[in-house]
Amino acid sequence: MAGSTDTIEREKKLQGLGSSRLRKEDARFIRGKGSYIDDIKLPGMLFGAMVRSPYAHARIKSINKAKALAVPGVVAVLVAEDLKPVKLDWMPTLGSDVQAVLADKKVCFQMQEVAMVIASDRYSAADGADMVEVDYEELPAIVDPHKSMAPGAPVIREDIAGKDEVGHGKRTHPNHIFTWEAGDKAATDAVFAGAAVTVREEILNPRVHPCPMETCGCVASFDKVTGQLTVYITSQAPHLVRTVVAMLSGIPESKIRIIGGDIGGGFGNKVPIYPGYVVAIVASIVTGVPIKWIESRIDNISTTGFARDYHGVGELAADKDGRIKALRFTALADHGAFNSHVSATKLPAGLFSICTGSYDIPKAYCRVDAVYTNKAPGGVAYRCSLRVTEAVYLIERMIDVLAQKLSIDKAEIRRRNFVSADKFPYNTSLGWTIDSGNYQAALEKVLKAVDYEGLRREQVQKRAKGELMGIGVCTFTEIVGAGPTKVCDILGIGLFDSCDIRVNPTGSAIARLGTMSQGQGHATTYAQIIATELGLSSDEIQIEEGDTDKAPYGAGTWGSRSTPVGGAAAAMAARKIRAKAQKIAAHLLEVGEGDLEWEVDRFKVKGNPAQARTMKEIAMAAHTSNLPDGMEKGLDATEYYDPPNMTFPFGAYVCVVDIDRFTGETKVRRFYALDDCGTRINPMIIEGQIHGGLTEAFAVAFGQAIPFDENGNHLGNSLMDYFLPTAVETPHWETDHTVTPSPHHPIGAKGVAESPHVGGIPCFSNAVVDAFAHLGVTHMDMPHTAFRVWQQCKALGISTR
Amino acid sequence: MAKKQAVSFKLNGRQVEVLVEPRELLIHSLREKLQHTGPHIGCETSHCGACTVDLDGMSVKSCTVLTVQCQDAEVLTIEGFEQSGELHALQEGFTQEHGLQCGYCTPGMITRAFRLLKENPSPSEEEIRYWMAGNLCRCTGYQNIVKAVQYAAKKMSSAHT
Ligand code: FES
Ligand code: FES
Repeated sequence: MAGSTDTIEREKKLQGLGSSRLRKEDARFIRGKGSYIDDIKLPGMLFGAMVRSPYAHARIKSINKAKALAVPGVVAVLVAEDLKPVKLDWMPTLGSDVQAVLADKKVCFQMQEVAMVIASDRYSAADGADMVEVDYEELPAIVDPHKSMAPGAPVIREDIAGKDEVGHGKRTHPNHIFTWEAGDKAATDAVFAGAAVTVREEILNPRVHPCPMETCGCVASFDKVTGQLTVYITSQAPHLVRTVVAMLSGIPESKIRIIGGDIGGGFGNKVPIYPGYVVAIVASIVTGVPIKWIESRIDNISTTGFARDYHGVGELAADKDGRIKALRFTALADHGAFNSHVSATKLPAGLFSICTGSYDIPKAYCRVDAVYTNKAPGGVAYRCSLRVTEAVYLIERMIDVLAQKLSIDKAEIRRRNFVSADKFPYNTSLGWTIDSGNYQAALEKVLKAVDYEGLRREQVQKRAKGELMGIGVCTFTEIVGAGPTKVCDILGIGLFDSCDIRVNPTGSAIARLGTMSQGQGHATTYAQIIATELGLSSDEIQIEEGDTDKAPYGAGTWGSRSTPVGGAAAAMAARKIRAKAQKIAAHLLEVGEGDLEWEVDRFKVKGNPAQARTMKEIAMAAHTSNLPDGMEKGLDATEYYDPPNMTFPFGAYVCVVDIDRFTGETKVRRFYALDDCGTRINPMIIEGQIHGGLTEAFAVAFGQAIPFDENGNHLGNSLMDYFLPTAVETPHWETDHTVTPSPHHPIGAKGVAESPHVGGIPCFSNAVVDAFAHLGVTHMDMPHTAFRVWQQCKALGISTR
Repeated sequence: MAKKQAVSFKLNGRQVEVLVEPRELLIHSLREKLQHTGPHIGCETSHCGACTVDLDGMSVKSCTVLTVQCQDAEVLTIEGFEQSGELHALQEGFTQEHGLQCGYCTPGMITRAFRLLKENPSPSEEEIRYWMAGNLCRCTGYQNIVKAVQYAAKKMSSAHT
């Protein structure tokens, strides 16, 4: 029967797995009817504006509120002292540190929150903020992480100066946060000592910012009568926010409702808890009315969730044929003034330990030293899982460096080192088990598609004419889907996720999940998963996320965990329902359960397909009296899914660039991206995610960096200075795929949206460096702006006619 | 605080009046006084285009226009695109071609593309990219936005012939 026209028709109608159905969420967005944070308006609502420090490091001698309070419309001015009675002056961070909510006696980074002015509207609030008088005594600032732990360096965190531990092990200096290592150092060192070939490079992942189009903000509303606190918030992880707010405030978690409505992009920026949220909550408690706090773009870039700032050293040991024998990666991580990097408790530097990439490397050691500096905290995983970008950038750059040293082609050196398809599940030397992969097949498909050999021939011709053409190759493995609670938790809470499905009598359904869409199209893809599992049309399956009063507990959406964890929970909850449905069908058809088989949207009697009950019929039956003896009514199920392992999507990318040696301008002529994210749920959405991720990778590779001067002044925090590509400079993207399902995921899906960012950045960099490879250049740091590339040309003496 | 001033203009075809301080920006009047929250704020410095509206036949960033400058003007926002329950070809195009993800830039994108197609009904890809360069999107990588505009251009031109 399978494959009959009737079955195919029914499958199509469901618009389930594999269909490029249009997005359900678009209906409101194209009409301007989204509900983003600044769209929330509550009766009596006041507006909060932050007063921020002009200095990166200074003692606060006094704060005078009088003039601000005299501004018409201003209702209150809150400073650290005002937060103390409600015990909300310091907060735990998601990185096992504590952070001053409003600067307490001293400021530790420029633009740090010092006071909040509450007023009737945003104009009066801004007027009031201008009138708060703060008397500062400037202190010397530390900007360079390499100097942070020098003897006699100014102590940034006096509050913890004497403590030798802040969450992640022993501290060796008042500006030291933690040292974290993975792998076998002695064995790795031994391989290096005896290796035929070794290479080493210093490789920087500069400080960048995710910069979603919507800034962060919240509307906090405390009801004094019921003791209920409701917070509308731009958060990728509403349940974690609720837990932190409960821990902080002492308000029972059951009386706190966090609502993440529509979110205008997150990319990691909306995971941490920011002081503005907390002060707005306090202000609502104090004033008894709802308070809105919305960041400006300048606040956003200068104070919330930067990413990276990893000063790495990569080393490879290999034999003469380019077979890698060992890898040693270390990094100095600049975490700013408070450690609020979101990191799993057991992995303080996150998944940096996936740095062996797609390669079969017998011995490896990695180590991260994190330090405080006078810069904004909140370092986030920007479109990647907890430092995977940094890890992949290191290995993908270093394998090119090795290829250059040995004069081996860059595709060939990858072939020689891949974990071969027959070795999965593969245990890496740093302790991870890669679930599945087929790296060689992916690379060969891409090389053929772009005519790699032809491109290399063209490059030879161009070089002969003195022209610069670069071909970047990148074969990356991602690690997503945090994560098994045995290895991943935040503040002790395991990183599982959840789905609660209720099927209505007429056969429509509502599903609620602990994840939180910021544009990924969850309402569409989750409905597709459930549609296929339940045999109900995805049109009739409503998805809700982000309201902690409705959704079951989950760790939210970041680190590409929605499909690997939330999607798995959805499939498993649907399967529980289907199991019950099968019992009901057997009862209705008066046969044994074993006599039934499932087909698209119904259970039918084996050998007698005319005898069947559709899921819609079963849904109705579940709400009648005609149920098997003792069976509970209804057709609902909840699943809390704790994945057995992370998932490991991978890809093979090729980028072709032409560089003008007189101006330093780089033109991305071609970018071909093949991604393998296992089972594909909605190809249209996947492709859209890849375009977006590649564009963000392009921005990082070619223009983004947050610079500071020696006093800790931020040198570029508006969109005038900070590079976000427009439609003009953004290249055209070509996409492709292979499908290697995850063996442990219920539907074989792996997660995709970060892959293009993680794989894209090194691919661009590899292309730029490759253009100079014949001139002996082995590494150039990002961002590859025209000026910096021109400087390289100048240094090589090729910039003049 | 300076004295408030009454300003009246046509918003999506309907006459409206607001009382504003002279310094008040159009985006704030639209969003907070006139309940038109379709245009968004992404920067307040004229860089992102999320606040784009059509003002007297020109695309403007409403974070750069004072409301008092709008006396007697005609303003079109995303809320004015759907006519008697019919989506505008651009709204349809953005959905059909998956030209949006988080949707935050979308109202500004559609409003800007509307002006483009008025001035150039069959733009090339390059022309579309240049015209849309004042509107930033962090999610889509622009490729599908270009396709969405092409979809609408095609649909609108076939409607005219
Ligand atoms: S908010 Fe007006 S251009 Fe960004
Ligand atoms: S769709 Fe998110 S910014 Fe454009």
